[in-house]
Amino acid sequence: MTALLVILVFGPLLGATVAGLFGRRIGDTPSRVITTGFLFLSCFLSWYTFSQVTWGEWGGQHIVRLLPFINVADFHSDWSIRLDALSAVMLVVVTSVSALVHLYSWGYMADDPSKPRFFAYLSLFTFAMLMLVTAADFMQLFFGWEGVGLASYLLIGFWFHKPTANAASIKAFVVNRVGDFGFALGIMTIYWMFHTIRFAELFPLIAAKAGTNWTFISQEWSALDLAAILLFIGAMGKSAQFFLHTWLPDAMEGPTPVSALIHAATMVTAGVYMVCLLSPLFEYAPAARTLVTVIGATTALFAATVGLAQNDIKRVIAYSTCSQLGYMFFAAGVGAYQAAMFHLFTHAFFKALLFLGAGSVINGMHHEQDMRKMGALWKLMPITYAVMTIGTIAITGIGIPGLDLGFAGFYSKDTIIEAAWAASGSPAGAFAFVVGVFAAGLTAFYSWRLVFMTFHGTGKWKHDDHAHDAHADHDDDHGHGHGDHGHAHVPHESPWVMLVPLLLLSIGAIGAGFAFHEYFVGEGQVEFWKGAIFNGPHNEILHHAHLAPLDIKLAPLVATAIGTIGAIWVYLLNEGMRARIAANGGPIHTFIYNKWFFDELYNATFVRGAKFLGDLFWKGGDQKIIDGLGPNGVAAVTAFAGKGVGKIQTGYVYHYAFVMLLGVAGLLSYALWAWAR
Amino acid sequence: MTGILSLTTFAPIIGVLAILFLKLASKPGDRKKVDAASKWIALVTTLATLAISIVMVAKFNPAEPGFQFVESAPWFAGLTYSMGIDGISVLLILLTTFLMPLCIVASWRSIEDRLPEYLIAFLLLETLMIGVFCAMDLILFYAFFECGLIPMFLIIGIWGGKNRVYAAYKFFLYTLLGSVLMLAAILTMANIAGTTSIPALMQFKFAPQLQIFLWLAFFASFAVKMPMWPVHTWLPDAHVEAPTAGSVILAGVLLKMGGYGFLRFSLPMFPDASHYFAPLVFAMSAIAVFYTSLVAFRQTDIKKLIAYSSVAHMGFVTMGIFSGNAAGIQGAIFQMVSHGLISGALFLCVGVIYDRMHTREIAFYGGLVNRMPWYAATFLLFTMGNVGLPGTSGFVGEILTMTGVYGASTWTAFVSATGVILSAVYALSLYRRVVFGTLDNPKLATIADLEPREVIIFAPLIVGTLALGVYPDAVFHYTTASVDHLIEAWRAASPVSVGG
Repeated sequence: MTALLVILVFGPLLGATVAGLFGRRIGDTPSRVITTGFLFLSCFLSWYTFSQVTWGEWGGQHIVRLLPFINVADFHSDWSIRLDALSAVMLVVVTSVSALVHLYSWGYMADDPSKPRFFAYLSLFTFAMLMLVTAADFMQLFFGWEGVGLASYLLIGFWFHKPTANAASIKAFVVNRVGDFGFALGIMTIYWMFHTIRFAELFPLIAAKAGTNWTFISQEWSALDLAAILLFIGAMGKSAQFFLHTWLPDAMEGPTPVSALIHAATMVTAGVYMVCLLSPLFEYAPAARTLVTVIGATTALFAATVGLAQNDIKRVIAYSTCSQLGYMFFAAGVGAYQAAMFHLFTHAFFKALLFLGAGSVINGMHHEQDMRKMGALWKLMPITYAVMTIGTIAITGIGIPGLDLGFAGFYSKDTIIEAAWAASGSPAGAFAFVVGVFAAGLTAFYSWRLVFMTFHGTGKWKHDDHAHDAHADHDDDHGHGHGDHGHAHVPHESPWVMLVPLLLLSIGAIGAGFAFHEYFVGEGQVEFWKGAIFNGPHNEILHHAHLAPLDIKLAPLVATAIGTIGAIWVYLLNEGMRARIAANGGPIHTFIYNKWFFDELYNATFVRGAKFLGDLFWKGGDQKIIDGLGPNGVAAVTAFAGKGVGKIQTGYVYHYAFVMLLGVAGLLSYALWAWAR
Repeated sequence: MTGILSLTTFAPIIGVLAILFLKLASKPGDRKKVDAASKWIALVTTLATLAISIVMVAKFNPAEPGFQFVESAPWFAGLTYSMGIDGISVLLILLTTFLMPLCIVASWRSIEDRLPEYLIAFLLLETLMIGVFCAMDLILFYAFFECGLIPMFLIIGIWGGKNRVYAAYKFFLYTLLGSVLMLAAILTMANIAGTTSIPALMQFKFAPQLQIFLWLAFFASFAVKMPMWPVHTWLPDAHVEAPTAGSVILAGVLLKMGGYGFLRFSLPMFPDASHYFAPLVFAMSAIAVFYTSLVAFRQTDIKKLIAYSSVAHMGFVTMGIFSGNAAGIQGAIFQMVSHGLISGALFLCVGVIYDRMHTREIAFYGGLVNRMPWYAATFLLFTMGNVGLPGTSGFVGEILTMTGVYGASTWTAFVSATGVILSAVYALSLYRRVVFGTLDNPKLATIADLEPREVIIFAPLIVGTLALGVYPDAVFHYTTASVDHLIEAWRAASPVSVGG
């Protein structure tokens, strides 16, 4: 088992190293083969591991220690691989999506001159993510946590000559660091509270601290709530939750396969994973869970509203991701960690599918991302159209409640909404339930809007000189020549190397919910999770969720139906209406189109504030006050007293050195004299 | 192994003598030959010193908390020449001997004026710095400590940039202030305790009221060396004017003398005063992190930016030391070693492009990745080390010092944790402006990537940064026993109430 896990986790690192360091020497194809090969190997081993954990001999928790990491007094951490049901699920999600994204990138990045670098980064990301999900203590978790951040930074800024991509990559890193500020303080709090940062040692100690207080920055806090909230701030950054979400839409500057892998299926779910992993802590931190619920629900609502009005195909999906992550968080917040993990699992498939499908559209449209310039693509890109429709059905959660039959999202999202209903005795739970149902309607609207604007209606790409210009610009940008197509205006279906991953993901988007819901959230969940997720003694939320009456089970479907009909009405039946809404939308449209003005707000406060303070400290503090009173003041006084300013300006260095030497000698002589006396 | 400390310390002097002899024996027309030979002499000397220090580290017994390889001989005028190292100093010596050959190679082409003298200054500096970390006698320590500043002063003042005299003057002024006060304290201690032996003084209990004054006097000197806010403004000027190798040693080793001083003197000899003043140190450290990080963000000169970031990183060291717990102090020592590698490497990164373009203006550059991919990768690695990315050594020191200080003051941990955000802001914006983007400046059109000589300089630093980042226990292996010993003494002391 050890050898298998080591190969699984470190294979991608090896691939990344080879492609990254020797890529230009060995060439494009070997780089691609090596990285993709290791990923498929990891993927295969992950599914094997998953099956062994779920049905085979490897149940329970295993920790393979590889090397000591940081060990100071009782601050102990190791490089290790933790295997339990939770990490096994993540292994499957990460390596499956990553392997398919690697393969897909053969086609998508076919014309890019820096292929080895791209594949090296992708594999490096996968390695960091695997380290994150298999961490057995907070230090390795933090390593993976920041490692995926680094890979994300590198991949968002992959096209480094684009100023927007550079700005987006820095924004992503810095906003994540704001989260890590809380995360790091959370780890320190855990350490001083429990004197261990190893999960296996930490979890049994938690219950005893319930109800105790902790002093932090001169305030008395409920100890476990404080620790959980600080750690959750980290999760907010990584998973782009409300207040720290602003980096995710901008991250779409990266190549689309990156968006699918990192900014949809895996990295952004790390926050959800962490909260579920730390369920033993969150179960005893009711205030923190209320915060998680409220932030999650607010994000779900906020991002869904913004998604309604965006025209960039990738940004719509980005806000959709943000919104779905909000669902996962409020599920965890109300105590249904299993439902959160289940939605994480299904979402990975259909969201990766939607993103890669969008990538196929963008590729077919010659790097056009504005949906207003698309339309009527279904005939030209039938397979892409089919898989995007599957993804959309999956995300909108269409299914038949009585028969319990539907696409992936139907099982996971409805479980979450039912769990929120079961928790609606508390205001936060009630809020989450209402938002969950309402946002389901919005989800349906913006998801179908995307499909209709892209694939239906009239083709806006015909006889459009502007699109051609844009296309030419992008050619320059990406070194991405389409001259060989000969008919650059006409969108085309993508090559099979891109379509096969889409078809495989479609299987997940259709069947992942049906196949696994019994295990993740159904009758078999206790047996499936084997203690990897902890539910407090009074937490029977999943049980209550299953008892939800039919009208509650139908509520999200009704909302979805309304949203779908709305989208059909506006985008399919009355094509001109979209432009009219955009033109006469009034303040509400302006507000959501501009993403609730978060970027403007943060620029005016934090960015300008930092610049102002930096200048103030530098020019006011250092130059005027410190130097003015210090060395320059002394120089001025000397000059005034001895008119020696000329000497100081032009003075001989040797003179000073000689004075120093004399000084040392003189002082030493004095010391000797004083000592001998 | 008696004698190995003196051997390590004075080995560079052999090189000094060889270069001097060569210079005196040569005819005026042989300048080029003398220069070339001097370089090789200096390189061989520093490599030999490194080899000796590696033997020393290999023979060092990490389980022993006290001083090892102790040498003691009567010196002159009743003073004792006495050397010894413990787990706190051993790695700082290795850091010094490790960085020195790299500095010589880094100066291989960039220094043309008075090269033999320049190399002599470096070799002297090496001796004096190793001496600082080995000295077991107060007066001997003082002699090494103060004399060590002279070669550095000359390196800045002679081989520096345009404003070198102003920078050297500032350096001189600040250091002088600290020295005078420290010497007064040393004399007082010698008079009261009747000994200048450091191990003996560690056992001696000074009256708490007296400790306050002695602590402040030493603090004046060490705070300037660190440098701590608000006596840090000499450092950016010194770095900007110093030649590349000078900056490497300044950041890599000279700044560490302050941290070493706190660990060797302030904590063990004045524990009551250290308890008493810890909040002051915490405040100054936390301000340093927040304040200088923001100042770094606004710089237009690459070296100034890195210099300010050094001040911020040294803030972690001081707060870790005065946290008084294992995580904080071990983290502080680790941070000193790690910062020696990372900031040294960052200054070398600046040197690479400065050698080619002779400007440090950020705005001059941009898009270097297009012409210099290996340079871009190297610079990225050390930038990530500077922002404390896990997997690099920069992370370990930061997280441990913050964890340590959390145990003493959550406010300090809270404020200094903003450094996690701000370091990313200034370091990544620097990297972006220099490396990313398109190559617009026509002067950069032919800039060349790293040459083999530069690869040789960076390779050991890359290995060091990553190895310590992945396996930091290698450092703690050496420091644990001595630090535990130190903490015991610290715990025994109770906070003093002044005026009571």
